[in-house]
Amino acid sequence: MRYAGIDIGSRTIELVVVDEAGDMVASLQADTGFDPISEAKKMLEQVEYDQILATGYGRNLFELSFDAPTVTEIKAHATGVARLFPDARAILDIGGQDSKAIVLFDTGKVKKFEMNDRCAAGTGKFLEIMARSLGFDIDNFGAEALLAEKEINISSMCTVFAESEVTSLIAKGESRREIARGLHDSVVRRAVGMIRRVSADGDGDIVFTGGVARNSCMVALLSEKLGRTVLVPDDPQSIGAYGAALIARQTLQ
Amino acid sequence: MAEDYRPMWKEMGLNLEAHDQLLGVLGQAYTDVFLAQKNRPDTMAYFDFVMSEVHGLRIKELLDEKAAGRKIIGSYCVFVPEEIALAAGATLVGLCSGADFAMEEVEKLLPRNTCALIKSAFGFKIGKVCPYLESADMVVGENTCDGKKKAYETLGHMIDNLYVMDLPQVKSANGRALLKAEYLRFKEAVEELTGVSITKESLREGIRVVNAKRKAMHRLLALRKADPAPISGLDALLANQVFFYDNPARFTESVNKICDELEQRIAKGEGGFKVKTPRILISGCPQAVPNWKLPMIVEASGGVIVGEESCVGERGTRNLTDDSGETVDEMIEALVDRYFQVDCAIFTPNTERLDHVKEMAQMYKADGVIHYGLQFCQPYLMEAIPVEKSMEENGIPCLRIETDYSMEDMGQLKTRVEAFIEQLS
Repeated sequence: MRYAGIDIGSRTIELVVVDEAGDMVASLQADTGFDPISEAKKMLEQVEYDQILATGYGRNLFELSFDAPTVTEIKAHATGVARLFPDARAILDIGGQDSKAIVLFDTGKVKKFEMNDRCAAGTGKFLEIMARSLGFDIDNFGAEALLAEKEINISSMCTVFAESEVTSLIAKGESRREIARGLHDSVVRRAVGMIRRVSADGDGDIVFTGGVARNSCMVALLSEKLGRTVLVPDDPQSIGAYGAALIARQTLQ
Repeated sequence: MAEDYRPMWKEMGLNLEAHDQLLGVLGQAYTDVFLAQKNRPDTMAYFDFVMSEVHGLRIKELLDEKAAGRKIIGSYCVFVPEEIALAAGATLVGLCSGADFAMEEVEKLLPRNTCALIKSAFGFKIGKVCPYLESADMVVGENTCDGKKKAYETLGHMIDNLYVMDLPQVKSANGRALLKAEYLRFKEAVEELTGVSITKESLREGIRVVNAKRKAMHRLLALRKADPAPISGLDALLANQVFFYDNPARFTESVNKICDELEQRIAKGEGGFKVKTPRILISGCPQAVPNWKLPMIVEASGGVIVGEESCVGERGTRNLTDDSGETVDEMIEALVDRYFQVDCAIFTPNTERLDHVKEMAQMYKADGVIHYGLQFCQPYLMEAIPVEKSMEENGIPCLRIETDYSMEDMGQLKTRVEAFIEQLS
């Protein structure tokens, strides 16, 4: 038997297939676009599976179209992380439109979680818009920010206000790397606040998942501010889909 | 709707076009949220009828009462004693504050960061869509939170019969004395309005009627301890909401009929939900008609609500009034004793509320507590943090929700609530 998990997020869709042993045998990614169900269909044609389970903000849409069971991103990430990092008890997931801090029991079950409010502050979308206004490619936005020589404080967390703050810093002649660093700092401050509401600083390592975990500056600053080791899975964006596939496997086995 | 009420609404000065829109949305929501539920008790049919006639038959009844010389008093708060209104031959109704209406106009009068409940009360007035408000001979505001008490200053310019009741904020001897003085002042105002002097007989009868109504609710709430839950949280919330504007005697009888049916269900081991459905206690801000947003999400996500620690719920209905007083003053004392126990978040400190949430969570065997806070409602949002802490110290998972009446955060709320229910299962 093959078990698939699909994570329909605001920016990307990930599809993961696991075997009987729960090991990943296929992993695909595509942009969500404006028609996620068609995108999902195209991806499903490329893999073989017996049972599928959906997660992510598009899970209910998928449930209607494919008559598949669903779980929330929170349970999916917890399940994926618990398998890959059995000793970890804290997770930070920052995706395209939301961010979450999750703590686990020793059993790997969710103990408590926090989610961001209803706006894009502190999420992947925020970093993406800021990278664009500074003329950086999102893939090396973090690496560029790490090269900054001094820190600039950015006070706005609102995407719209932060963009005008960035414009005025550019007008003042500040270097764009330093502005980038300031923006990363502001996102990390918010994430640190969220983690500390659910997990004390001494509570072991943190697993960082979601697209923003690919940003090296975010990882470095998080580890520095929290004084905790930050572990990033090989493909942090696929953890939700991986967790969903594992839950499909648990349910059927 | 069986009868054409449009001439009646027009006569009352309602904005017919806007009112049609409101009823359209309300009717659709009721069909989607309530009638779509499975395994409902048959006796809920009465409430379906009440809701279908919420701006129709009930308003006609009130207007008939008015034509016969009875006065109608509208209220926004559980601190306004219905017993006193009844004793003076008046009818007390709760006023609409559970949906957004005419928000652009409202935000010309109130800051944007005012809670949805206060904005809603203004919206219904500005939009001329609340027949209860328009039929009221006296509208009672009350100094609870800062938002409400300042908003009444503005509302006073829009409603010529607004009466504002002061309320204590500390449960001290002085606080109690203030509540008593205010109840006596309210008694005089109601007597002046109706031209009827309250006697010990009429006050005792008023207390008896309201006690009977609360007792019926206590019976209903107690039945929700059963597993499987015999009634959905949505239907129980509806009963709590209708509590505020139905004819008290008829309401009491109807709730007791539901209880009879639920007792039979429980005896047969039947319920509206499967055994082991995660049981949720809601605690926090009031959910006024037609605010069904959170229970709709909870019960669509695989949970069942087994209690509401809320003004529209057990905070409002718990405790009866001692009716054994020999004089009017003794019975007013008994009323003050009863209402002074309401543990609204405007009180400081308010540790009784923490005890009550804990007691309810244990009594109704809740697997988790969802703290419902309206955005910008400072008193309840502040208390949400100690409530969560107290729950966790007692090993009960707690989720804090902060929302308003709009539907724009439905996706995020659903994810949070579903994840919370997954956590409990």
